[in-house]
Amino acid sequence: MAWLSNIPATVWEGLRAFLGPLALTMIVGLLLTLGWVQVNALFLVWLERKVAGHIQLRIGPKEVGPFGLLQTLVDGVKLLGKELITPAPVSWPLFVLSPILVFAPVLVSFVVIPFGPGTQIRDLNVGLMLIFAFGGLGVLAILMGGWASNNKYALLGAIRSVAQNVAYEIPLLLSAMSVVIMAGSLSFQAIVQAQEGLWYVFCQPVAALLYLVGATAETNRAPFDIPEAESELVAGFHTEYSGMRFALFFLAEYTNMFIVASVATALFFGGWRGPFWPGPWWFLLKVYLLIFVVIWVRWTFPRLRFDQLMNFAWKYMIPIAVLNLMVTAVVLKIVR
Amino acid sequence: MTPVMGEYIRPEAVAWAAFILVTALTFVGALIAVLPRNIIYNVFGLATCILGVAGLFIFLGSEFLAMMEILIYIGAISIAIVFAIMLSQPMHVQIPPAWRPKLYLSFAVSAVVFVAFSIIVLRTPWEVALERGQDWTVRRLGELFLTRYELLFELISLALLVAIIGAIITAAALGGGRKSEGGS
Repeated sequence: MAWLSNIPATVWEGLRAFLGPLALTMIVGLLLTLGWVQVNALFLVWLERKVAGHIQLRIGPKEVGPFGLLQTLVDGVKLLGKELITPAPVSWPLFVLSPILVFAPVLVSFVVIPFGPGTQIRDLNVGLMLIFAFGGLGVLAILMGGWASNNKYALLGAIRSVAQNVAYEIPLLLSAMSVVIMAGSLSFQAIVQAQEGLWYVFCQPVAALLYLVGATAETNRAPFDIPEAESELVAGFHTEYSGMRFALFFLAEYTNMFIVASVATALFFGGWRGPFWPGPWWFLLKVYLLIFVVIWVRWTFPRLRFDQLMNFAWKYMIPIAVLNLMVTAVVLKIVR
Repeated sequence: MTPVMGEYIRPEAVAWAAFILVTALTFVGALIAVLPRNIIYNVFGLATCILGVAGLFIFLGSEFLAMMEILIYIGAISIAIVFAIMLSQPMHVQIPPAWRPKLYLSFAVSAVVFVAFSIIVLRTPWEVALERGQDWTVRRLGELFLTRYELLFELISLALLVAIIGAIITAAALGGGRKSEGGS
């Protein structure tokens, strides 16, 4: 029976010889990413509901599966079975394209996420830029969906989302830049390598805080969730979407949380560094701890008003981020 | 001898397919940016076109430029254009039919630009680069911005300055008009 256990290795070797290492990495990476996105969203929705429940002195989902773990899976199946309603007055090419275009850039970002030393689909030299660039693409897609829905709540939600994203992208980029000039590279592997001994969260506490606040806003989460404020806008930009199209928006949002937390981990919390366990475990642990903090914040703080939100970005966060970048540059010039 | 994928699908063929894909994306985007009368479609066409151009940059091995193209032209400029549209006249207002002389004039200007670019492209003795830039450290990028590409860098800031001044003049003209309306 020994030959049976050799089959996976044989198949693997054969595929490797046939495809070559590069194409194999791409295909395996794509498959893993597609699987991971689903599992991550299922887990995060469950986590969100559990944490929210316990914060509000409830239990949260508990009926389906142990600790209600299978609740989101059942919800997902329900969403798959629902009808895709396309209201008559929508601008249909854009209406149909929007959920896809919101979801696709999120998938692209997985290419450069550094799960471990070498455990990365592709170590691009411009990895950090790639994530920010494709993040901007998602914003345009949200606007597309909101406009195409031909619904005032959807349009208002989309406009709010874009205004907020444009404002908070600046401190986000600036705080990431102060890390970049310390590490001297835009590649994630190099940035994590540079944090040997000391995590950047200790050298750059201001940038780390700015990044976390900006990232919460980028992912449209409370206290910055006015684009989909239920009490004002029904559901914001995805009001008119149903079934799997709505699920795609949802999936994109939770995957975005994962990506934003991964970038934060790589930039400020030493990436895969940690004792005893192999790198990817540490990386995932840190990412989910950060996501837990983001969920915790959501269920603790009330929603900001729109003018407060914009004022906070333009009058406080951006000046502080610029100042932090300048101070970093000067200090680096003196030290080196 | 074990079979290898490269024998069935040649890498050159894959490269050609990628090239045709991004070029098609660029052209289709450009057409959508110009032809439909619905201005929102035009913006999304422009974004598609820019995405195609970014793809061309990646095809040529210039990842940094591709990312900058997406970050700046889609992430910032397209969104700014959408905001400008939302601040301009409402969409349900009847769009006036295309004004013929303007159409001919813009065609002439585009033709002149096209011919000029074609002449430049045809006359330049293109050489295959000896090696592709592999050095993407922040230090190298900064040095290039302040030495070899300084002129371009400064020209871009000049263009931004012109845009800001134009916006201020437009806004001032609008504001002045409103004031005189209130006064009369």
